[in-house]
Amino acid sequence: MENDETWELRLYIAGQTPKSVTALRNLKKYCETHLQGKYHIEVIDLLVKPQLAEGDQIFAVPTLVRKVPQPIRKIIGDLSNEEKVLVGLNIVPLSKS
Amino acid sequence: MPQGINKKNTGTHTPLQKTLTGIGGFDDITDGGLPTARPTLVCGGAGSGKTLFSMEFIVRGATLFNEPGVFVTFEEKAEELASNVSSLGFDLNKLVATNKLRIDYVHIDRSEIDETGEYDLDGLFVRIGHAIDTIGAKRVVLDTIENLFLGLENKGILRAELRRLFQWLKDKKVTAVITGEKGEGTLTREGLEEYVSDCVILLDNRVVNQISTRRLRIIKYRGSVHGSNEYPFLIDEDGISVLPVTSLRLNAKASTERISTGVPGLDKMMDGKGIYKGSSMLISGTSGTGKTSIAASFATECCKRNERCIYFAFEESPEQITRNMQSIGMDMEKYVKKGLLKFQAARPTMYGLEMHLVVIYKLIKQFKPHCVVIDPITNLITVGSSSEIQSVLTRLIDFLQTQQTSAVFTALTPYNILKEQTDETISSLVDAWIQVRDIEMNGERNRALYIMKSRGMNHSNQVREFLISSRGLYLQDVYLGPEGVLTGSAREAHMLQKRTEEILQKHSLSKNEKAIERKNQELQLKIKGLNSEFDAIREELKNDFVEMQLKKDVAADNRIELTRLRENSTLTDSDSSTKNKK
Repeated sequence: MENDETWELRLYIAGQTPKSVTALRNLKKYCETHLQGKYHIEVIDLLVKPQLAEGDQIFAVPTLVRKVPQPIRKIIGDLSNEEKVLVGLNIVPLSKS
Repeated sequence: MPQGINKKNTGTHTPLQKTLTGIGGFDDITDGGLPTARPTLVCGGAGSGKTLFSMEFIVRGATLFNEPGVFVTFEEKAEELASNVSSLGFDLNKLVATNKLRIDYVHIDRSEIDETGEYDLDGLFVRIGHAIDTIGAKRVVLDTIENLFLGLENKGILRAELRRLFQWLKDKKVTAVITGEKGEGTLTREGLEEYVSDCVILLDNRVVNQISTRRLRIIKYRGSVHGSNEYPFLIDEDGISVLPVTSLRLNAKASTERISTGVPGLDKMMDGKGIYKGSSMLISGTSGTGKTSIAASFATECCKRNERCIYFAFEESPEQITRNMQSIGMDMEKYVKKGLLKFQAARPTMYGLEMHLVVIYKLIKQFKPHCVVIDPITNLITVGSSSEIQSVLTRLIDFLQTQQTSAVFTALTPYNILKEQTDETISSLVDAWIQVRDIEMNGERNRALYIMKSRGMNHSNQVREFLISSRGLYLQDVYLGPEGVLTGSAREAHMLQKRTEEILQKHSLSKNEKAIERKNQELQLKIKGLNSEFDAIREELKNDFVEMQLKKDVAADNRIELTRLRENSTLTDSDSSTKNKK
C-alpha cells in the first residue's frame, strides 16, 4: 500500500437524492477515518454534466469510482456497508492496524 | 429524484400511432410499423438477428424518415457494431458524424464493480436521456439490456428499475426497441416480456434438414391488428426482408390480354393467341422432353417484346442454359446484356423453401419483370415437404398474379408409375398445364405435347409432335395414321408411303385419261365413217330418185311421141302398122 499517494475518488450522483446524500456522507466519513489528508473527492452530478457518464461507464447511481490508485474500482450503492466499501476500495482500515 | 424521470404518462394513445421501421415487409405485416412512443421487445436466440433488426430500425429511421436514433449497446463496442453492419451498407460513422445516430456502449465489468446498499439506474437514464436530447432522437434501441443482470447482483433493484426505465422511455415519447435473449421456456431469460407488454416480436432461426430458415412472429401487439403467422425473413446485403406471405385473398386482376408462349405451334393450340397475361403455365414432363427449351423460348419471346424477364434456374447455371439454348437457335445472351433478361441461379439446398420464396419475392419486387420462369419447380421439393411446397407455391402463384406477372414453371415428372404429387398440387393452381412426354415406338423416342388444361380459352385437344431443331421449337401438325397419331420416323415413313401412293395414283390417273382420249378418238373416227357411209347411201338414193324422174320424164316424152306418131300413122296406117309389125 503506497501511503504517500493521494487517493482520487469520484462520486457520481444524479441530483440530491437521499441515496446520494447518504453515499457522500458515508464516503466522507470513511475517508476521514482511514485516509485522512490523502484523499480527494470529486462529486459529479450527472444531471448537470450528463456527458461525463459515458467516460467512466456509469449506469447506476450513486457510483463511487477510484481513479487513483490504479486499477479503477467501482462501488455502486449508498455505501452503507463500511466493510464492503473498504474491501472494495482496498483500503487498509487504520483503526485495526 | 430528478424531475421528469419518474413522471407518469397521462396522455392517451388513441388511436394507436405507428412508426414505420423501414424494414422491408415488416411494416406490411404490422400494418404500419411499431407502436409510436412505446417500447417493443424483440426477442430470440443467439444469432437470430435481433441486433440487426434493431440496428436497421435505427438506421432506416435516420436515413428514410429523418428520425434520429440512439443505439445503446450492452454487448458490442461502437466500432465493432459499425464494422459488423457495414457489410449491409449501413455507414454508422457517417450517421454519427451528421448527428443522426448516437451509439452508447454501456460496459459492465462485474470484476471491477462492487455493490453496497441502495442504488438506482439513474446513471443509465441520464446517459440515454442525454443521448436522446443531444440529437433529438425519436428512436431508441437497448441491445441487450439483460446484460445488466449479469453485471449486477441486486435483482430486486434491477427489476424495479427496468420497469421504471420502460415507463420513462414512454414518457420520453421515443419509439424503443429492447432486445432480449431467448430463455428456456420463456421468451427472454429475465422475463422482460413482463415489463414490455405493448409489442413483442419473436425472431427465430430454425434448422430443418440442415437448412436454416429465419422466421419472425408477432406475439403480441396491443391495440393493433397484426398477422399472427410466422413470417420467414431474409438477411442479405440489403438488410432484413420480411415476407408478407398470407395475402391469399383471391382477388387478383384478370387480364384479357394474351401473350405468346414463344412456340408458335403452342400458341396455335391455344386459340392461336397464347396464354393470358399474368397467368401461369406449368410444363411437366419426364426428363429430356424439352421443358427447359419451352421455358427458355417463353423467356426469349418475352424479351423480344422488350419486356423484362427473370429466369430462376434451380438446375443449370445461366451459362449452361444460354449455351444450350444457343444450339437451338435462341440467343439469350443478347437479352442478358440488354438488361431485359435476368438469371437467378441457386441450388435448391442453398436455403430453405421459405427463403427461396423470399428471394423470389424480393427479386420480383426489385426487377419488376413481366414474365418469370422457374425451372424446375420440382427441385424445390428436395428442401421441403409436400405440404410446405403447396403452401409456398400457392403463395408464389398468388403473388405473381397480384403483380400481373406471367409465369412458366417446369416440373419434372419421375419415370416411375407412382403419381407425382407436384403435378397434382400445383396443377390446380396454374391456369394452363402442358404435358410433354416421350413416345417410344419402333425403337425410337419422340416427344409429344398436349394441353392438359388451359383456363378460359378454346384449346386443342390434340396430341402434337414436338420437335426441337437447330432452328428452334415447333409443333408438327397432327398426323393421323391408321393407328392414331404417328410420330418420328413412323410419321416420316407413313408420309413417304402416302407420297408414293399419291404418285402412283397420279400415274394411273393419267393412264386412264389417255385411254379415254383414245376411245374418244376411236369414236370420232367411227362417227366419221358412219357419216360418210350415210352420205354415200344418201347420194345413191338421190341418184335413183333422179333416174326414176328421168325415166318418168322420158316415158312421158315417149308416150307423147308415140301418140304423135300414132296420129301420123292413121294417115299411113298400113305402112306404119306393117313397119311396126315387123
